[in-house]
This record gives sequence, structure tokens and C-alpha cells, in this order.
Amino acid sequence: MDNVTIVAVVSIITAGATIVLGTLLPAYGEMKALIKALESITQQPDASNVLSRNLFVGLAMIESLAIYCLVISIILIFTNPFWNFMTTAGGK
Amino acid sequence: MEINPDNMQLFGIGAIKINATIFYTWIVMALLTGFSAVITSRLSTGAKIPRWQGVLEVIVSFVSGQIRQVIGRDPWPYVPFLGTLGIFILVCNLMEVVPLYHPPTSSLSTTAALAVSVFFAVPFFGIMKNGLWAHIKSYFQPSFFMLPFHIISEVSRTVSLAVRLFGNIMSESLMIGVFLSVVPLFVPLVMQVFGLVIGVVQAYIFFTLATVYIGSSVSIHGE
Repeated sequence: MDNVTIVAVVSIITAGATIVLGTLLPAYGEMKALIKALESITQQPDASNVLSRNLFVGLAMIESLAIYCLVISIILIFTNPFWNFMTTAGGK
Repeated sequence: MEINPDNMQLFGIGAIKINATIFYTWIVMALLTGFSAVITSRLSTGAKIPRWQGVLEVIVSFVSGQIRQVIGRDPWPYVPFLGTLGIFILVCNLMEVVPLYHPPTSSLSTTAALAVSVFFAVPFFGIMKNGLWAHIKSYFQPSFFMLPFHIISEVSRTVSLAVRLFGNIMSESLMIGVFLSVVPLFVPLVMQVFGLVIGVVQAYIFFTLATVYIGSSVSIHGE
């Protein structure tokens, strides 16, 4: 394999691994948060406004981790800086 | 495939180049200012109010109610800034159903600018409310060694505000593009409806997080 192919293979595999891990673990965290919030809402229906707002804020915090991974994998696939470097400047 | 509306140059004269982000931001700004100016030009307090004034009153009272719930005090100093932020992001995201429109929020420069404005608004409102000395002292709570962590948290939450909005909106328009090339019928439609939900939720989250940050800076310890 020449260098360009190695860069392409590594980028694709890394993008896939990034999106797998980066959605799996935040999904687990969101699941736990959602379970607790729903339990609390069923126990205290009066406080559902405050609870759901805090749930939204917390979910947004967790979700931003997944979004980081998504952005990184999108960069790796669509606008890969290493690929551009290899194909233009140094990839002989 | 173009994922950044900054690179789509629509028109320009010489060195001044107008890209899609700037152009559509102007359109959203013109829409919002135009509507507000027209509606507020003939307000009435009588028993019969104009129809559009009712819409505006619903929006403003919703925003102020949300802010009052989070901050727990008089929301009116914060309504202009936070309401403008929320409504701007909401309209940017919702106008995605218009053909040829690229949401400005799918460009990292727009979202970074919005997040930076929140970054500066937090100490601004804190100093306005509590005074300069009390605000500086809040960085040293509970002890002196917490100063770097406070600064890190301020910077990192600004970055996460920017990247969250950008990632959601950009990935959604990218997804619609990918689906258009795979299944040209029906599925992109469903994705667009889904994208509207995402746009509303992201605007709400940005608004709520900005409110929470400002609220935590305004009501520091011991109140």
C-alpha cells in the first residue's frame, strides 16, 4: 500500500470507531439520566417542569460529547486534512 | 460535498465577498427586525389588540417566564439579550424548509460568535448586578485554588455551546444531503421534519444554557 491508501484506510476506520464509541457511551449516560428523571417525574409530578428543564440541560451536556465525535468523524471523512496534505503536497 | 456555508460564495465585488452564511444571516435579521418594527409600530392597549401583537406578546411572555423560572428574579434585564439569541437561532433553524436556504447556524463561525457573546454577557450581567468586586470574588469560591477551574469551565462551556449547535445543525443538513443521493423520495422529507424538531430543541437548549450560565453568575453564593 502506498501512503495515500494508508491514510485513507486509517481515516475511514478511525471515523467508524469514533462514531461507534462516541454514540455508545453518551447513549448509556443519557439512558441513566432519562431513567432517573422519569422516575422522579412519576414520583413528583408537580415538579415536572423543573425536572424536565434540568433533564434537557443535562442531556445537552452529555450530547455535546457525542456531537464532538460526530464532528470529528465528519471532518475525517469529508474534509480530511491529512488526506489533503497527502494528495497535494507530500504524498509521493 | 460542501459542508460549510462559509465556502459558498454567492456574490461579491472585488475583495468584498459575500458568502452564504453572511447573506442568510442578513435575511434572517431583516425578517426579524422587519416583523418586529411593523408589529410594534402600532401597538394598542385596548380591549381589541391587533392579531400580530398577540403573537409577539405570547413569544415575549414565554421567554420572560422561562427566564424567571431559571433565574428566579425579575427577568426584564435579561429578556432583550436572551430572547434575541433564542429567537434568532430558532428562526435560523426553522427556515431550513425554505429551498436554497442554508442555515447560518450550520457554520462554526456563526455559532462561535453567538457563544462568544454569551461568554461576554455572563460577566457583564454579573458585574451589573453584584458589582465588580463581588463578581471577581466569585471566581475565588470556595478557595483560591479554584480560580483556574472556574476559568477552564467558562472557556470549555463556550466551546461546547458553539460546537453543539454547529454539530447538530450541520450534521442534519449533511444527513439530508446524503439521503437525497441514496433515496431521493420520501425519506429526505421525514428527515426534514425530524430536522425541524432538532432545530427547535437546539434553539431551546442554547437559550436555556445561556440563561443558566447568566443566572449562576447573577445569583452568586449566599442569596
